[in-house]
Amino acid sequence: MKAYSLFSLARNAMSYHRNWQRAWRSPEPKKAYDVVIIGGGGHGLATAYYLATQCGITNVAVLEKGWLGGGNTGRNTTIVRSNYLLDASAGMYEHAMKLWEGLSQELNYNVMFSQRGLLHLAHSVHDMQEIGRRGNAIYLNGIDSEFLTPAQVKEMLPIINLDCRYPVMGGLLQRRGGTARHDAVAWGYARGADAAGVDIIQNCEVTGVRVENNKVIGVDTSRGFIGAGKVGSVAAGHSSVIAEMAGFKLPLECYPLQALVSEPIKPIIDCVVMSNGIHVYVSQSDKGELVVGSGSDAYNSYSQRGSFDLIEHTVGPLCELFPLFSRLRMLRQWAGIVDVTIDRSPILSKTPVKNLFFNCGWGTGGFKATPGSGHAFAHSIAAGEMNSIAAPFSLDRFNSGALIDEGAAAAVAH
Amino acid sequence: MFIINCPYCGDRDQTEFSCHGEAHIPRPTETKKMTDEEWGDYVFFRTNPKGYHRERWLHDHGCRRWFNALRHTVTDEFVASYKVEDPRPPIPDNGGQS
Repeated sequence: MKAYSLFSLARNAMSYHRNWQRAWRSPEPKKAYDVVIIGGGGHGLATAYYLATQCGITNVAVLEKGWLGGGNTGRNTTIVRSNYLLDASAGMYEHAMKLWEGLSQELNYNVMFSQRGLLHLAHSVHDMQEIGRRGNAIYLNGIDSEFLTPAQVKEMLPIINLDCRYPVMGGLLQRRGGTARHDAVAWGYARGADAAGVDIIQNCEVTGVRVENNKVIGVDTSRGFIGAGKVGSVAAGHSSVIAEMAGFKLPLECYPLQALVSEPIKPIIDCVVMSNGIHVYVSQSDKGELVVGSGSDAYNSYSQRGSFDLIEHTVGPLCELFPLFSRLRMLRQWAGIVDVTIDRSPILSKTPVKNLFFNCGWGTGGFKATPGSGHAFAHSIAAGEMNSIAAPFSLDRFNSGALIDEGAAAAVAH
Repeated sequence: MFIINCPYCGDRDQTEFSCHGEAHIPRPTETKKMTDEEWGDYVFFRTNPKGYHRERWLHDHGCRRWFNALRHTVTDEFVASYKVEDPRPPIPDNGGQS
């Protein structure tokens, strides 16, 4: 792999950028691999990257049924934060945050990670108590967390309407939170994994999981059988489908989660603003578009489109908070299929089938965890046991009752 | 937007309803003999199929009654809605495609 640098940019400019090396190969699948990862989104690619670069397992394939990052990786609202209430969540998301902070350098790929600050608004006494409790818990876990008065919120966001229908009473700020370029995360990990020897195989849909003597031996795909010593399923919205192939159920239900972007405008919001209470979140992309989201539709679906009334639920509070946005036009709207657990925390776990591991259940908020999830899952697959960061997120918790009840997981109520 | 057929009220707008997940999960009777695994399965584990799904709906902003529906989770097509006590309508025989 040729490194990207100012010099390579200048050199390639001489030939009108026609001679850039491909960022990753497109190999034919081998007959078998030590580890097969199902799903070429951010989490799957990160898992493969860390397996190859840190765990010494380079005979790895990533199988993707479509194109890289074409599922939820390319559909989320690109927000990164680690301001979670519970210790297990703080462990996972802060682990991810620390990896984010050096990720562009490590991957030699600009993931456009921007720690522009992330502000949660409070609109009621209950909201104030919630951010009080969570803000202090975050602080005690050694993660940055600040309370803002309405005047300080106004100073940060001059365009905000504090006296909206549910007036802004305060805010919780994580200055290290922000955004990253979602596609670049998938591409950067893909390029790094490929350079370390991982085969990334696109347009290769897993159609079956072969199990012998309760042990996984490989997967059937649209490109034939591929043997595997271990299989890691990182299939997000389709995790239940993969589990069914392997003969068990997961504590998941899938819902559409929508997002929308406006026409591009000049810089107007320089942080991420979220409101649980009136249910909207917004940030501005580097292209100038407002990226807007809110809650998921509340019915099971794999349709990758949501219902219209939810769009109204999203833009209503947006225009309450920022009345000048009422004149903006929305350019695009889409949905991803989010796999949601009852406690809004993910699943990183061994399964009833030996050597088959699942990383799923990230629900409405998986993007921010991409590096940490991949890192923890890779080390756990390599060891055959979940490591200390992943262990609390085991499937066992749904039977033992040790749920990680993370109401803050999506930052908005469901 | 869906138009949902309430077995009691007829066709109504989707915004009047809420979905409450998989139907036909009977409440266990021998609760004192159940293991943690059986409780976990009953409370949390779901089939979550990509295809036809029998599910519970509530007509919140209408008759406020519960009913079941058979819907395809990829096309969102409602095949049938039926009262809780009614027999389950069959899954259309078209190879799982709606």
